[in-house]
Amino acid sequence: MADKILNKIYVKVWRQNSPKAKGRFETYTVENISQGTSFLEMIDILNDQLILGGKDPIAFDHDCREGICGMCSLYINGHAHGPDTMVTTCQLHMRRFNEGQTITVEPWRVGAFPVIKDVMVDRTAFEKIQQAGGFVSVNTGGVPDGNTIPIFQDDAEEAMDAAACIGCGACAATCKNSSAMLFVAAKVSQFAKLPQGQVEAKRRAKAMVAKMDELGFGGCTNTGACELACPKSISIAHIARLNREYLVAKLSD
Amino acid sequence: MSNFLSASIGRKVFMSLTGLFLISFLFVHLTLNLFLIFDNSGNLFNQAAHFMATNPIIKIVEPILALGFIIHIIWSGWITLENMKARPQGYASGDQLLKWWAPSKNMFILGAMILVFLVLHLFNFWVKIKFTGDPLLGQITVAGAEMENTYALVSNLFIHYPLYDLIYVLGGILVGLHISHGFWSAFQTIGLSNINWMKRLKYIANLIGIVFAVGFSSIPLYFLIKF
Repeated sequence: MADKILNKIYVKVWRQNSPKAKGRFETYTVENISQGTSFLEMIDILNDQLILGGKDPIAFDHDCREGICGMCSLYINGHAHGPDTMVTTCQLHMRRFNEGQTITVEPWRVGAFPVIKDVMVDRTAFEKIQQAGGFVSVNTGGVPDGNTIPIFQDDAEEAMDAAACIGCGACAATCKNSSAMLFVAAKVSQFAKLPQGQVEAKRRAKAMVAKMDELGFGGCTNTGACELACPKSISIAHIARLNREYLVAKLSD
Repeated sequence: MSNFLSASIGRKVFMSLTGLFLISFLFVHLTLNLFLIFDNSGNLFNQAAHFMATNPIIKIVEPILALGFIIHIIWSGWITLENMKARPQGYASGDQLLKWWAPSKNMFILGAMILVFLVLHLFNFWVKIKFTGDPLLGQITVAGAEMENTYALVSNLFIHYPLYDLIYVLGGILVGLHISHGFWSAFQTIGLSNINWMKRLKYIANLIGIVFAVGFSSIPLYFLIKF
């Protein structure tokens, strides 16, 4: 079955020349878009149109375009990663939109993610949190046997669920407090459920939370919006674990 | 324990613990208040009020309760302000993910409305009983003990002022909504939750919210309809 064609849609997009510049919304008309087109392809088409018209193309983040790299972002019509659930923006297709619709495209609005240009934001803050403790220290040497440390299947599964986090920032972008708690919880949980993560558990929870606070992310008020916006459906139950890890670490200080 | 008090999670632990403490207080409060409905002579309620006013343990708990309220209120303002600072610029397309009325999104607003209600409530009863007195609070004798007629003060307000009935019904509903999120959220914050318990705690939170909303609202409605 051939895809339907959207004869005309309006894209209202945030334009900002540089981090310090004052931004504004611009509305562009895009014609003849197949509903089988991905959202980012639609932006590509729009950008072609802008370039041919002698205008500056819209700067936006993207890389793998198959939902695994965590590079794409965009806040589309009041939803991080658009109106579909459990997908990143690159997996969003134009079949979710209607003829003549105005689509509002904004950058992540998080104080700790400053706008670089247009709808592209700087998510280095997440990397800084990771660097503060989101790792296990391993001495190099011979390759350990895979079965040396027995791990319950359920624990391994839960750790893997947390490790599915691609660090896209949709959680902080959608949270009314711009809180990074789901991200930090996922990064702490993936180690907290495994024996290899125990050695540095206390230091990790404290360091990552301290870095998150320092970078200006808000606090969690358990609205659960992050879990709904997360393209990897990471559960807020991990946030309870992070709170537990952090409190245990702090209480033993 | 350094900087625990100012850390985002540390701040919230205060909200969580004071919140759970206030919920336990509300359980006692509701239980005693329901005596208003179950004994039309007012003796049962007057005895309960007299016990609460004179019992030494309650006297010790009273300032702790006040402190619980004060911390919960001040911390909520502090946390909300800090959270607002984390997003200097909002979204033009708003938030289409959660419903606008979701209690979890409106805890501060619900709390502020409850605070207004609380002040009014204190002036209605607590201030009169404790400090200023009221002609309705004449001494009566119940089961051989002299005590103030608190029942007369409460029933008079609910029987003669329908506007207050409406306000008290609203107050009950606000408290119910606040707790329907606050209860499970408190456990989440102190880490006493997981994927299984979260579902159970949310269920219990809704249940407690309904019990408080219906329980507290039923009292003014009872007096309004019955008398």
